[in-house]
Amino acid sequence: MRIALVATCLGDAMFPQALKATVEILERLGHEVVFPSDQTCCGQMHVNTGYLDMALPLVRHHVEVFADAAEVAVAPSGSCVGCVRHQHAMVARRGGDEDLARAAEDLAGRTYELSELLVDVLGVTDVGAYYPHRVTYHPTCHSLRMLRVGDKPLRLLRAVRGLHLVELPDAEVCCGFGGTFAVKNAEVSTAMLADKMANVLTSGAEVCTAGDSSCLMHIGGGLSRLRSGVRTVHLAEILASTEDGTPARDIVFDTTEVGEGKGVHP
Amino acid sequence: MSSTDLGMPTTAPDGVGFLRGSEPFPAAAHRALADTQLRRNLGHATRTIRAKRAGVVAEVPDWEELRRAGEAIKADTMARLPELLEQLEASVTARGGVVHWARDATEANAIVAGLVRDTGADEVVKVKSIATQEIGLNEALAEQGITATETDLAELIVQLSDDRPSHFLVPAIHRNRSEIRDIFLRAMPGVDPDLTDDPRRLAMAARAHLRRKFLSARVAISGANFAAADTGTISVVESEGNGRMCLTLPDTLITVMGVEKVVPRWSDMEVFLQLLPRSSTGERMNPYTSTWSGVTPGDGPQTFHLVLLDNGRSNVLASEDGRSALHCIRCSACLNVCPVYERTGGHAYGSVYPGPIGAVLSPQLTGISGPDDPNASLPYASSLCGACFDACPVRIDIPNLLVQQRAASIAAHRTPTAQDLAMRTVAAAMVSPGRFRAAERVLGLGRFAGRSGRIRFLPYPGSQWTSARDAPAPPAETFRQWWKRTRS
Repeated sequence: MRIALVATCLGDAMFPQALKATVEILERLGHEVVFPSDQTCCGQMHVNTGYLDMALPLVRHHVEVFADAAEVAVAPSGSCVGCVRHQHAMVARRGGDEDLARAAEDLAGRTYELSELLVDVLGVTDVGAYYPHRVTYHPTCHSLRMLRVGDKPLRLLRAVRGLHLVELPDAEVCCGFGGTFAVKNAEVSTAMLADKMANVLTSGAEVCTAGDSSCLMHIGGGLSRLRSGVRTVHLAEILASTEDGTPARDIVFDTTEVGEGKGVHP
Repeated sequence: MSSTDLGMPTTAPDGVGFLRGSEPFPAAAHRALADTQLRRNLGHATRTIRAKRAGVVAEVPDWEELRRAGEAIKADTMARLPELLEQLEASVTARGGVVHWARDATEANAIVAGLVRDTGADEVVKVKSIATQEIGLNEALAEQGITATETDLAELIVQLSDDRPSHFLVPAIHRNRSEIRDIFLRAMPGVDPDLTDDPRRLAMAARAHLRRKFLSARVAISGANFAAADTGTISVVESEGNGRMCLTLPDTLITVMGVEKVVPRWSDMEVFLQLLPRSSTGERMNPYTSTWSGVTPGDGPQTFHLVLLDNGRSNVLASEDGRSALHCIRCSACLNVCPVYERTGGHAYGSVYPGPIGAVLSPQLTGISGPDDPNASLPYASSLCGACFDACPVRIDIPNLLVQQRAASIAAHRTPTAQDLAMRTVAAAMVSPGRFRAAERVLGLGRFAGRSGRIRFLPYPGSQWTSARDAPAPPAETFRQWWKRTRS
């Protein structure tokens, strides 16, 4: 299948490892990945901060870039796909552009978060990955409650050889990121993060994974500040890891602290 | 509302009642977050209620269908609210009640004060009611020399401590039992000086105090959970029985009801009486459901007044993007599941309507005057995690309402704020692939800031991030650069 990669602005600029991993998984499974180079941002930050008028041209740009790029589109981000699927048409209609709204709905119906694409569209749960670590999974809010990915990421993780999956207490509670919420209400965000970190540490995992680099940036940023010895790795990178490949290492806050494959138990 | 009253719907008047705090949410939250006792009390209480609710909701096989039914009834109600209210007025009047229309808090308070004065009473007992707190009725009555006594246990605790409610269902959720003991010892007349913090002893003390009030009161004031337009039947749903006392013992009953509480049919209660208790207290059924239709000779209050309150509700109804906030049945499930509410409590929201639903209702009731309006900050008091929608028994899409109210907050900016300008600049860069790539290159320079890969400090507004979190240094190469280097 020909699959267009929605890199997401944050992924492109800050977390290319998760995107490279997404390409690697899909190509390993025999699919063709295309990267429409004019892509920029889905507009989620503007939409969720209330700048719906400013988001309109971003939605239009996204739809123009991806409408004919491939049969389906994928992003390794629950929240960006959530914006495409549940907000793009709303922004277009609010801006009085019904044609754009319909085009956005058509594209939204063909845009998938990575675990959805793998499990629902491509029909695989074992992607041939090997990752010999103790891992806990944080279901990000938009994957969980906007996209309803359910246990798809967990099914993918359970099929990874060598991976020891441990339960995250209160997993479904928000980590406190929330986009601009993390700076506009930094203190509440931090209070939420404190509880998420406590649960990650309680789980005994050396790696916390999720389907959104943004939430991992938040959780990982807190774990790094505390020198917790637990690192955050995007789901795509775990799924891309193989016995002979390079070990996954996504959100590294201190290269001297977090060694490859040598996480420290709390 | 007279029939000649045309024109735009008005918002709730400034300075009357409690729909707006004095400071923006982040400032109020700052204090709440530092109150460790509050955090402990709230964390314990919300966790307990969440677990109870989850248990009793899970055992209902058609819960989703019930939610959809509740949503449909509310949407139907809002679509023909004026007609249903007139039907309610006719039904109540036909059964011996008197209906009053109050455009806003000021009018409602004046109507109620006048009705109480007419009875000659200077004391009233109150059933727990958020609508009367919204309009500041107790304060307005006090100005007229009328003492209102709250009879719900938690409301009594709040009243005795000169405090404000912080939750729909559990107004004193921010207090624990030892704090309640202290409040009773300090403020409850005739209380046993040896009172302990044993919950039973506390309840008995409140009961002894309240019995005196119930037996002497000639006027009661209540709110309403539902009002059926076809039969004129008002209902109050409660746990303690204090409501039943107020609704049956006094001669005169005055009910203040937000206009959105009307439902088309008595039979609609079937849906809501399944949804409300399970969502609210986490019980299969609440202990007391009182219903009354006008006046019944020889049984219960012989004079019944129904005050229909607008106070900004028509303004909410007029907004296609916002009107579903009026569907709320005040169960408080969204408060209990909200990770923000759990950490800040209700006072941080300023309004009597806290939590996710309050964050979208209060700004619509009051309108937003500009970027410095405390209510302009409320829609941002959420990480948009979506837990509120999943818990809402009438499927109010609160996350979407939050986004719409954020847009409304921004629309109230008369001149662009620093944030407006920054967002405009970013949007301009993001709509152009060339400018976006250039911006990425500038960002890439940031990797020199953290040679170890860790950035511990960023200037404002990045400092809001690095106050508690390290920031990753930008990678040596963006994905776009990698793709170009390796694939073309």
